[in-house]
Amino acid sequence: MRVALFVTCVNDAVFPSTGVATVRLLERLGVTVDFPAAQSCCGQPQFNTGYRAQTEPLVRRTVRAFEGYEHVVTPSGSCAAMVRHHYPSFGTEAGALAPRVYELTEFLVDVLGVTDVGAYFPHRVTYHPSCHGLRLLGLGERPRRLLEAVKGLELVELPGAEECCGFGGTFAVKNPDVSAAMGADKITNALSTGAEVLCGADNSCLLHVGGMLRRQDAPLRALHLAEILASTEEEPWT
Amino acid sequence: MSGTFLGMPAFPEAARKAVGDSTLRANLRHATHTIRDKRARAVAELDDWAALREAGKLIKDRTLRHLDTYLLQLEESVTAAGGTVHWAADAAEANRIVTELVRATGQTEVVKVKSMATQEIGLNEHLEAEGIAAYETDLAELIVQLGEDRPSHILVPAIHRNRGEIRDIFREKMGSWGRPAPEGLSDTPAELAEAARLHLREKFLRAKVGISGANFMVAETGTLVVVESEGNGRMCLTLPETLISVVGIEKVVPTWRDLEVFLQTLPRSSTAERMNPYTSTWTGTTDGDGPSAFHLVLLDNGRTDALADEVGRQALRCIRCSACLNVCPVYERAGGHAYGSVYPGPIGAILTPQLRGTASGIDASLPYASSLCGACYEVCPVAIDIPEVLVHLRERVAGEGGKGHRLERAAIEASTWVLDHPGVLAAGERLASRTRALHPRRLPGPGARQWSDHRDLPELPAEPFRDWWRKNRT
Repeated sequence: MRVALFVTCVNDAVFPSTGVATVRLLERLGVTVDFPAAQSCCGQPQFNTGYRAQTEPLVRRTVRAFEGYEHVVTPSGSCAAMVRHHYPSFGTEAGALAPRVYELTEFLVDVLGVTDVGAYFPHRVTYHPSCHGLRLLGLGERPRRLLEAVKGLELVELPGAEECCGFGGTFAVKNPDVSAAMGADKITNALSTGAEVLCGADNSCLLHVGGMLRRQDAPLRALHLAEILASTEEEPWT
Repeated sequence: MSGTFLGMPAFPEAARKAVGDSTLRANLRHATHTIRDKRARAVAELDDWAALREAGKLIKDRTLRHLDTYLLQLEESVTAAGGTVHWAADAAEANRIVTELVRATGQTEVVKVKSMATQEIGLNEHLEAEGIAAYETDLAELIVQLGEDRPSHILVPAIHRNRGEIRDIFREKMGSWGRPAPEGLSDTPAELAEAARLHLREKFLRAKVGISGANFMVAETGTLVVVESEGNGRMCLTLPETLISVVGIEKVVPTWRDLEVFLQTLPRSSTAERMNPYTSTWTGTTDGDGPSAFHLVLLDNGRTDALADEVGRQALRCIRCSACLNVCPVYERAGGHAYGSVYPGPIGAILTPQLRGTASGIDASLPYASSLCGACYEVCPVAIDIPEVLVHLRERVAGEGGKGHRLERAAIEASTWVLDHPGVLAAGERLASRTRALHPRRLPGPGARQWSDHRDLPELPAEPFRDWWRKNRT
């Protein structure tokens, strides 16, 4: 099977390791991965901030970049949700991309039909289900099932898991105090689990929570799910 | 715009104070989490919840599509049952009508059932200025009124007060409004409730005029409905000689069969009860039973403006249950007062800017008072897609180009241009990566400071993904 990787702008610029991990994981599972270089940003920040007209060029670019691909895989719940939920309002052509975009865990579980991806990650991990993956995509138990099948991984329940971490795109700068208060509560809950790794499937949320963790020198690091699933005994992910 | 990135100081600044108040945050956290969990259990008991939610949405949408027809039908039914219907285009007109109606009775005091519509129009303040005392009789509204405070929650307006504060308010203020608090009043709930009961009983028995809102109005029979927990509403609706109800025009439902849906979804969503303790219904007047004069003031006050907006109109489905407040992570931290309106929380963030417009700083800031997490939409019993309306209202605010938004628009346009030119984007990414050793953990300047006050900036990678791909896979 051949898929297009929609790496997302945040991962391209700030978290390339998540993109590399996604490629490594998919190739290990026998998938041929393409990276259409014309891709950029899905337009979510512009759209959610109220700039629809400024979103349009990015929607058109994204649609063109993934023309001809039946499966477009992205390691981001919120970018997948942007395409699936909001692209149809930008016209038929944009809407046609919506059903072809898969968030990584959807692609693994629903399309490839795997939950044990042969990963090895001997750490104590807690999982934060980001809001758009949880509520807009309905990812449900998919990420948890994938994590539970990872050899050596101890999955611990995150209290208040379904509460927003406080990122919310431009919300984090428009309402910095509320955003930080939400992030602080998320971190308190994550630390209470005694986990070494706070795992998520959306690096934009991890940019916020991870940034707060580093500021506090907390004994916990944020890591994208793809990087855990890419890790094997032969090639451990660091 | 003092100090904030994009020029909406109102909500963010008010919220900052609340976030810094650890007692308030603890009170709100405890209260919202308790009721949120109870609601989830009450809703989970019904295996047809999704169908009820869909039915509620469809009934409201159909009614709103034909609102003119149902309002005229309602007027006819109320009139036929012995009531009088008044139409108020805005708050000033509604206040004037109510004042004249009270004046005509010769009374200088009224008792009130808890009502959002009368708070929205500032009726108590208006009556006071006209020499008419309006007494709130809902326990929490009484606490707010005696404390010269503002409500901070739709269902639980004194949610920001704890027992000790309530005891102090009762001790200090009850005497100047009527029967004083009993000697040695403690902060136990039973004693506080008894003090309120004694204080209010005097007012119920004396009042000749009652003022209410309504949760629903049934067009086919002209029946108004109030659901409540304490029974104070029943007292106000039955004991006075004159009853005046001020109700938003969106509260009409066509038939009793339609009402049946909401009488299931409202209590479970608001108080997490299968059924609320008191459901009062009245139809015009009845000889020898209850008020002998009934006036219905139908209030527009911005509702038809909201109705004209194809996306925003869904806010008019709201049945004021407060479920969205109780699950909202922003409300939980910011508290209700930060929303600058009697309608706080997610519903307030989409309703207030539609009712009042977006000209003021606070109103223009409300659509941004959300991380778009979607928890509100998930619990809404009439399926209002609050995040969708928030984004829609952000478009409106951004399009109006108020101060701060010019800078924002320029930044957004620049970001779109760069993102639409991958060659430039890649060059920028490479430049950022190569200079990463020089990057500080904190940054000055608009936006960057708001970010880096609380969080480290990410450590940029040695190269962007697209360069890794080019080197390793092509």
